[in-house]
Amino acid sequence: MALFVIGIVGVLTRRNAIIIFMCIELMLNAVNLLLVAFSKMNNLANAANNPSAGSDGQLFVFFIMVVAAAEVAVGLSIIVMLYRNTHSVDVNFLNRLKH
Amino acid sequence: MKNLIFLIPLLPFLGFLINGLGRNFLSKALVSIVGCGTVLASFIISLLLFINKDYSAQPIYYFDFINIEGLRIPFAFQVDQLSGLFLLIITGVGFLIHVYSTSYMHEELRAHFARYFAYLNLFVFSMLLLVMGANFVIMFIGWEGVGLCSYLLIGYWFKNVDFTKAAKKAFVMNRIGDLGFLLAVFWIIQQFGTVSYYELFNAETGKVAILSAQNSTAIVGITLLLFLGATGKSAQIPLYTWLPDAMAGPTPVSALIHAATMVTAGIYMIARSNVLFNLAPLTMGIIAVVGAATALLAATIAIRQNDIKKVLAYSTVSQLGYMFLALGTGAYVAAVFHVMTHAFFKALLFLGSGSVIHAVSGQQDIRLMGGLRKKLPVTYFTFLIGCIAIAGIPPLSGFFSKDAILLNVFVNDKFLWVIGLITAALTAFYMFRLLFITFNGTFRGTEEQRVHIHESPAAMTLPLIVLAVLSIIGGFIGVPELFMEGGEWLTGFLAPVVPVVKLHVEHATEYLLIALTTGVAVIAILLAFFRYKKYRPEQPSGFARVLENKWYVDELYNSIFVQPLNKLGVAANRYFERSGIDALVNGVGRLVHYGGRQMRWLQSGQVGNYILLMVISMFLFFLWQFFIRK
Repeated sequence: MALFVIGIVGVLTRRNAIIIFMCIELMLNAVNLLLVAFSKMNNLANAANNPSAGSDGQLFVFFIMVVAAAEVAVGLSIIVMLYRNTHSVDVNFLNRLKH
Repeated sequence: MKNLIFLIPLLPFLGFLINGLGRNFLSKALVSIVGCGTVLASFIISLLLFINKDYSAQPIYYFDFINIEGLRIPFAFQVDQLSGLFLLIITGVGFLIHVYSTSYMHEELRAHFARYFAYLNLFVFSMLLLVMGANFVIMFIGWEGVGLCSYLLIGYWFKNVDFTKAAKKAFVMNRIGDLGFLLAVFWIIQQFGTVSYYELFNAETGKVAILSAQNSTAIVGITLLLFLGATGKSAQIPLYTWLPDAMAGPTPVSALIHAATMVTAGIYMIARSNVLFNLAPLTMGIIAVVGAATALLAATIAIRQNDIKKVLAYSTVSQLGYMFLALGTGAYVAAVFHVMTHAFFKALLFLGSGSVIHAVSGQQDIRLMGGLRKKLPVTYFTFLIGCIAIAGIPPLSGFFSKDAILLNVFVNDKFLWVIGLITAALTAFYMFRLLFITFNGTFRGTEEQRVHIHESPAAMTLPLIVLAVLSIIGGFIGVPELFMEGGEWLTGFLAPVVPVVKLHVEHATEYLLIALTTGVAVIAILLAFFRYKKYRPEQPSGFARVLENKWYVDELYNSIFVQPLNKLGVAANRYFERSGIDALVNGVGRLVHYGGRQMRWLQSGQVGNYILLMVISMFLFFLWQFFIRK
């Protein structure tokens, strides 16, 4: 949760696209972490006789990480394009989109 | 012959289509030929029907007009003796007036000329539909059609605002009557389940004819509503005020629509439903009283009018009152007889007045005429015949029909007979006043008009002569039994539609009545002669002023109905329209506009703002999910 809140605050306060992007990743990973943790917690009762109980979360997380890797690639390329167009990575320049 | 019947109304309709659609490129000659030719063809077919006696009460079915559960209204024609007679009047007089119009309207522009004939043909079509229809619904179609054409033709010179106002007035007044007619038709459907004349009225199986109860609520209601319709179309009290204003239209239109045919639709309708009306003596009494009152009122007004067409218009209202007086006393044949003779002499008088107006360059005020006898010999002579006929001097047509009416009224009600007699005297008086002021003395118009005076061309004088001849001989189809054994040919002719009622009157009484009617008419003519032999400008005072202002009926209606309705309209406009509906509609618009402006700051384009909002709303959503929803 702490990581997630740090991510949110980062997204909200920063204007540097790369930092925002990193904060988004932070939030994503916070969720991943929570997913793993809750998955284990949910199956604590079975954990004694089945050590692998509650590892579904971990499986999901792997998928998410794969997708996230692709997403990072897309995101970074957007930022690169952004930089090429505006010579800056300030997201507030993007509001020119409306003009 | 029967298979040609559908052509009678169809031909004028085709004429309407050709003239209406081709008004921009057909020449005037072609338009005249189409306009007159179609009506002439209809007249010939009607005449052939008459000669072959191809009349039958059985409807001729064409197709289903309305066919729903429990109600079947076919589009069918019924050509029996009554409608046959009306067909002859409409197409015959109509044809003469068409011919007259070709000359009278010649100075109009080509497109307007064709428009005029298109309307005229449409009118003839509607009128034929009205009299030929085999049920009340078809009659209603024609009824509305003639109302429309009347409106279009009164407002023919639509650039004059007064004329369009007159047209509107005629239309609105007619609508009031039409509503009555429509309600009556609904009531008939509800009561009898059919609107076909044959199914309602035929003597063996007719749904109305086999009823015996008199004055039942439904019958009285239906007949009163039908009569309301008739008062609108036929210009009776209280809806008569449109007819004098309708003189705004071209004079041949006044002759055709507002004298000879359309205004007699009410009489046709009541004569057609005589079986129904016979079951409602109450309504009959009302009709007789209204008819007599209208006849007298209009005749008094006509005495003091100075517009040549207005005099004739009030005379028409008065004569229509006569016909209703006859209807109200059960003398259907006499009423139809008077319709016919009136069609002849009133069309003649109107066309004559048109000829006069034509001669004096559009002047209609008789005070500015005079001395036209020498200049317009044909018009004068035919006009004189018309006046004698309408005054009821034997042996012209008006005498016979008027005598038939007065005889019937005398037998039924002495008081109404006295009113009829007074009206007859007034009629003779105002007609001859008109004649003397217009044609005698010296010309009082401008010098320019005086030089311009000329007799009308043959296309106008020939119809006048034909109508004059008809006005002279038209009465001989209904000579009283008194003079000639089997003289009442019309009564026998109409017997299949209108059952014969034998009047029992002493011969001496009958002679006395005839002498009396003729006597008062002659006296009235002499009075008019001595009074108006030499024209003296007169200053109306007192009662005469009331008459000149038509008893202030228009003003009365204006203050009782028009003004309050206008006020209601203004109030409705102010309170319902402006602050109610408009405020609501505009309010919606303004709300959206205002809302949009307030919401605009949300769409700032700053990604950060969006995310912040997203986070806040998600946060609120979670709060709601977890804490409040439970």
